[in-house]
Amino acid sequence: MMNREGRATTPGNAARPDAFQTHSGHRALVQEEPLIFELGRPGKIGVDLPEPKGTQSRLGNTARRGFIGLPDLSEPEVVRHYVRLSQKNFSIDTGMFPLGSCTMKHNPRLNEKMARLPGFADIHPLQPQETVPGAFEVMDELARWLKVLTGMPAVAMSPKAGAHGELCGLMAIKAAIEARGEKRTRILVPESAHGTNPATAALIGFTVDSIPATPRGRVDLAAMKAKLGPDVAAVMVTNPNTCGLFENEVREIADAIHGVGGYFYCDGANYNAIVGRVRPGDLGIDAMHINLHKTFSTPHGGGGPGAGPVVFSDALAPFVPLPYVVSEAGGHRLVEHASEDPAAKPFGRMVAFHGQMGMFTRALTYMFSHGADGLRQVAEDAVLNANYILASLKDVYNAPFAASGPCMHEALFDDTAFEGVTTLDIAKALIDEGFHPMTVYFPLVVHGAMLVEPTETESKETLDVFIASMRGLAEDARAGKVERFKGAPFLAPRARLDETAAARKPVLRWEPPKRAEAAE
Amino acid sequence: MRYLPLTDADRREMLARIGAKSMDDLFADVPEAARLKSLVDLPRHKGELEVERIMGAMAARNMTASSVPFFVGAGAYKHHVPSSVDHIIQRSEFLTSYTPYQPEIAQGTLQYLFEFQTQVALLTGMEVANASLYDGSTGTAEAVLMASRITRRNRAVLSGTLHPHYAAVVETVCAAAGMEIVTLPARPLSREDFATLVDDKTACVVVQNPDVFGSVRDLSPIADIVHGKGALMIAAFTEVVSLGAVTPPGHMGADIVVGEGQSIGVGLNFGGPYVGLFAAKQQYLRQMPGRLCGETVDADGRRGYVLTLSTREQHIRREKATSNICTNSGLMSLAFTIHMSLLGERGFTRLAALNHEAACALASRLEKVPGVELVTPHFFNEFTLRLPRPAHEVVHALAGKGVLGGVPGARLWPGEKAVENLLVVAATEVNTETDRVKYEAALTEVLS
Amino acid sequence: MSETRFTEQHEWVRIENGVATVGITRYAAEQLGDVVYVELPAIGKKVEAEKEAAVVESVKAASEVYAPLSGEVVATNDALSADPAKVNADPEGEGWFMKIRLVNPGDAQKLMTRDAYDAFVKGL
Repeated sequence: MMNREGRATTPGNAARPDAFQTHSGHRALVQEEPLIFELGRPGKIGVDLPEPKGTQSRLGNTARRGFIGLPDLSEPEVVRHYVRLSQKNFSIDTGMFPLGSCTMKHNPRLNEKMARLPGFADIHPLQPQETVPGAFEVMDELARWLKVLTGMPAVAMSPKAGAHGELCGLMAIKAAIEARGEKRTRILVPESAHGTNPATAALIGFTVDSIPATPRGRVDLAAMKAKLGPDVAAVMVTNPNTCGLFENEVREIADAIHGVGGYFYCDGANYNAIVGRVRPGDLGIDAMHINLHKTFSTPHGGGGPGAGPVVFSDALAPFVPLPYVVSEAGGHRLVEHASEDPAAKPFGRMVAFHGQMGMFTRALTYMFSHGADGLRQVAEDAVLNANYILASLKDVYNAPFAASGPCMHEALFDDTAFEGVTTLDIAKALIDEGFHPMTVYFPLVVHGAMLVEPTETESKETLDVFIASMRGLAEDARAGKVERFKGAPFLAPRARLDETAAARKPVLRWEPPKRAEAAE
Repeated sequence: MRYLPLTDADRREMLARIGAKSMDDLFADVPEAARLKSLVDLPRHKGELEVERIMGAMAARNMTASSVPFFVGAGAYKHHVPSSVDHIIQRSEFLTSYTPYQPEIAQGTLQYLFEFQTQVALLTGMEVANASLYDGSTGTAEAVLMASRITRRNRAVLSGTLHPHYAAVVETVCAAAGMEIVTLPARPLSREDFATLVDDKTACVVVQNPDVFGSVRDLSPIADIVHGKGALMIAAFTEVVSLGAVTPPGHMGADIVVGEGQSIGVGLNFGGPYVGLFAAKQQYLRQMPGRLCGETVDADGRRGYVLTLSTREQHIRREKATSNICTNSGLMSLAFTIHMSLLGERGFTRLAALNHEAACALASRLEKVPGVELVTPHFFNEFTLRLPRPAHEVVHALAGKGVLGGVPGARLWPGEKAVENLLVVAATEVNTETDRVKYEAALTEVLS
Repeated sequence: MSETRFTEQHEWVRIENGVATVGITRYAAEQLGDVVYVELPAIGKKVEAEKEAAVVESVKAASEVYAPLSGEVVATNDALSADPAKVNADPEGEGWFMKIRLVNPGDAQKLMTRDAYDAFVKGL
C-alpha cells in the first residue's frame, strides 16, 4: 500500500516577502494584544468568591453607587494577556543589558524564593514585636553587613529607593547643622550628577551650586574649593562618578568640605564597582545611600521597587530617622517613636512602617551567597568587564576619558567619531542586534554620551559578541549606511514611537469607545 | 562562585587586552590608603542549601498571618492573592527588566502601566492617575507638596484621623521643604472644624477615608469648606478594597487622591515593598509627581505606549523637578494590575462586600464582650474598640493565646493617653467563622 | 514698525508703540526639537529683564524663556497651548509667546541686531 502522507522536509525555495502580513495581525511568537479593557465581557470572572450573605450594611451614607467600569475576564484570559505582554519586554534573563549607571546584573532566583518564605512575606509590620524576632534579625544582620562593607558606623534602613535615600541623607545633614545652631543653605553638586541629586537638594530648600568637571572627567577640586564657604551644607559627589571614573581626589574633597564645617554626601549608585575593595568610610564620607537593587541585585522589576538604605558617619549617626532596630541583651527591639530612645535625635520618619523588607531578604540572601570573597570578586569582575569593553572599542568609538586611565564598572563613549549617525541611532540599532541599548545622553557633561555597564554577570563570550556588534555598527556608521540606523529598530515589537504626539496630546488612560457611551 | 561566569583564564586574557598587569592596576585611582588588602570581616560565600538554612531559620521565628486568627490592619491588610499573580510577576521579562526608557522593547511594561493608570483612575473616581509611587505614606507627602505648588500656599492641615505614620512622613518631608504642617489630635469620630482651621495660607487639607480608626464618612461637606477657602482636599486611603463598596473620593470632591494599593496583589511583606496609588483632576496633571505612561503610535502607525510628560521629572528638570522620585513601584503595580484584572467589576465589588460582612460579623461578636465598646458605628472592614484597659496589654495577652487581635493605640500614638485603650481591628475575606469565635473567646478570657 | 532684536538666551523681540512681542528664535526652536508644551505668564504679571517669564518644553528638555526687557505682560499667545507645534513651524511669527508693555522701550537698543545675533549663533 502506498503511503500518501509524504511532506516536504526541507525548507524549499519559496519567496519570502519582506512585508509579509498575517491575517491575525500576530507574527508567530509576537502576539498583538489589546488592552485588558477591550477584552472584558460581562458574565466572566477570574476568581471564585463565595456569595455575600446580604448582612445589614454598616457603611452609613457612603455606599458606592454605579459601576466602576472594570472589565470582567476569566483566569486563562488574564494569564494569557499578561504573558503576551511580557513577551514584548527585553530583560536581563533574555540578553545583555549594558545600561550604564543602572547595574542590570543577574537576579538570582534563590533571592526570590527566600523573600517568599511565609515567615518573611506573610507577616504584618504592626503585629506585636515579640511575634516577629526573625524579621528584626534580618534587618539587623543586613545592617551589619552594610556597616562592615562600607566601614560606616550607622545605617538608616527605611528609605524606599535611591532618591529616597538621598533625601534621608540630606535631611540628616540638615538636622545636624540645625543641631549646631547653624543655618547653611547651599549644596555643591557636580555637573555630571544624577538628576536626583539637585532635585533632592532643591526639594528641601537648599540652593544647588554646580561644580564643573575637569577634562579628565573628575570633580574640579580647585573650582569646588572656590565655591566653599560657611553657608555650604554639603557636597554631593557620586563615586565612582557618572563618567565611570573613580574620584582620585576624594580625600581632598572630603577634607575641603569638612574644613568649612560641611558634610560629604556620596551618591552610592555605583558602589557595586568598589564593594569589598574600598570602604567609603575610609574616604571621609559622612552619608551614602546604597541602591540594594543595583549593588545587591534585588530585581529592577520594570522600574521598582527599589530600596535605598543610607550609611552614616559618627557625626550624623544620632539623626537616623525612625524606625530602627536596636540590639539588646534580650534580643532586638524596634524603636518607632522618639520617646522610646531618649539618647537619639531622629530627624523624623521617611515612610510608613520599616522599609522594603522584601528587598532586605533578597539582598541579604545575595550577600550570604557571595560572602566577603564573592563580593570583592563582584567588584573586580565588573571593573574588568568594563575595561575590556573600553579597550576593545576605543579605537572605533570616541572614548572621551580613555586617555586618563582605566575606568571603573562602566565605559563611556560618544558619537563624535561619526557623521549623520547619532548616539540615539546606535542605541536603536543595538536593539536589532539583540542587546538592550546602553545609557544614552547621560552624563550631561559629555555630548552624545553612551555609557556602557556590562556588570560582572556577563561572560567573556557574551562580551565578545557585544563588542563585535558594536564594532560592526561603527563600521556601518563610517561607511555611511545611514538607512541601517534611521529606521531602527526594524525587528522589535514596535518601531520608534512618536513621543512628540504623546506629549502634545496626552492620553493617559483608556476611555470606552464613544458609541458604547451613547448606547448607555 | 555560581553567579560569576569569568574563568581565571578569561581574566588573564582580558587583562592582557586591556594592557594591565593585575586587577590592582584597574583600581589605581583609589587612594593607596583606602585600598583594602584583605577581605572584610564577613563570612565566605555559601551554596544555595546553606543559605536556605540560615534564612529559613530566621523566617521560622516569626508568627505568620496565615497561621493564626489574624485581625491586624492599620495600613496593611491580609488578603488572598490568586496564584497566577505571583507566577506572572516572576516571569523574567517583567522581573528582570528596567524602567521602560526604550519603548520599542518595553511595550509589556508600558501597556500594563497604562492599564494600571486606568484602573486607579476608575477606582478613585479621578481623571488621571500616575504609574505608582513608593507607597501610600510617601505618596501623601508628594500630594501635599503638589497642592502647595498648585495653590502657591505653604500650609497644610492633616486630620487627626489620618494614619499617624502618614502624618509623620508629611511632617518630616514637607516641613523640611519649608511648609507649615498642622496635625490635629488623634480622636475617633472627631468633628474637626475645617472652617476655622483652613486660612488663606492653607494649601490643602488631608483627610483619610476609611480613616485610621476604620470610620467611613461622606467627605463632600469638607470638600465644600476647603474649596470655599481656595484650598485643595487631598483624600488618602490605606485600604484600596474599600473602593469596591464605598463612594470613591473623586465623587466626594477630592482634588488629589492618594492611597496604598498593597491589599491588591502585593501581600504583607512586613511593610514593604508596597505600591502607592496617586490620582488627580486633569487640570493638575502637569504638577503630578512620578512617571506617567501615555498612548501614541509607532513609525508604522501601530498603537504603542511611552513614558511621557517627563519634563516634570528629575532626570530632565533636575532642581526644578516636581519631585525627586526616580523609581516607582513597577513590579508591585503589575501585581496590582493582574489581581485587579482577575477580579474585574464583579469580583472586586464582591470582594469588598465579603470584607464588609466579615467586619460586621466580627464587630457583632466583639461588641458583646463585657467591657468592650464599638467606637466607630460606620466602617468598611476595620473598626475601633474601646477596651476597659490599655489595648497594648490586651494585644500582648491575645498574641500569647495565638490570636493577632489588632493594632493598639499605643503602637500608633505612643504616650497618647486618650487613645491608649483603643484597639483598631481589621477583618477581611481570609477570616473564617472559627477565627472570629476564637477571637471572641480569647478576648472574653483576657478581659475577665 | 521696528526691527527685530535678539538676546543671548535666544529670545527675539519686536517693539510697536512701546509694546514688545517676544518669542524664541528659530535657532532655539531647532535646538529644543519638537515643542510639546508652553507655559505662559499670567496677563498683568510684571516681568523683569533677564528673569524667567515662560517655560518651553520639548519631549526631552525644558527651557526657561527670559523676558528680554522689563515690563508688564499684556497679552499671551493662547493658541500655543492647543498647538505648540507653531513654535517650530513659525517661531518668529505665529509662534510668538507674549506681549510686554515696556518700562523703557529705549532699552531695546542694547539688544543684538539680526546680524549680530547671526554672528553670535555662528560662534556657538
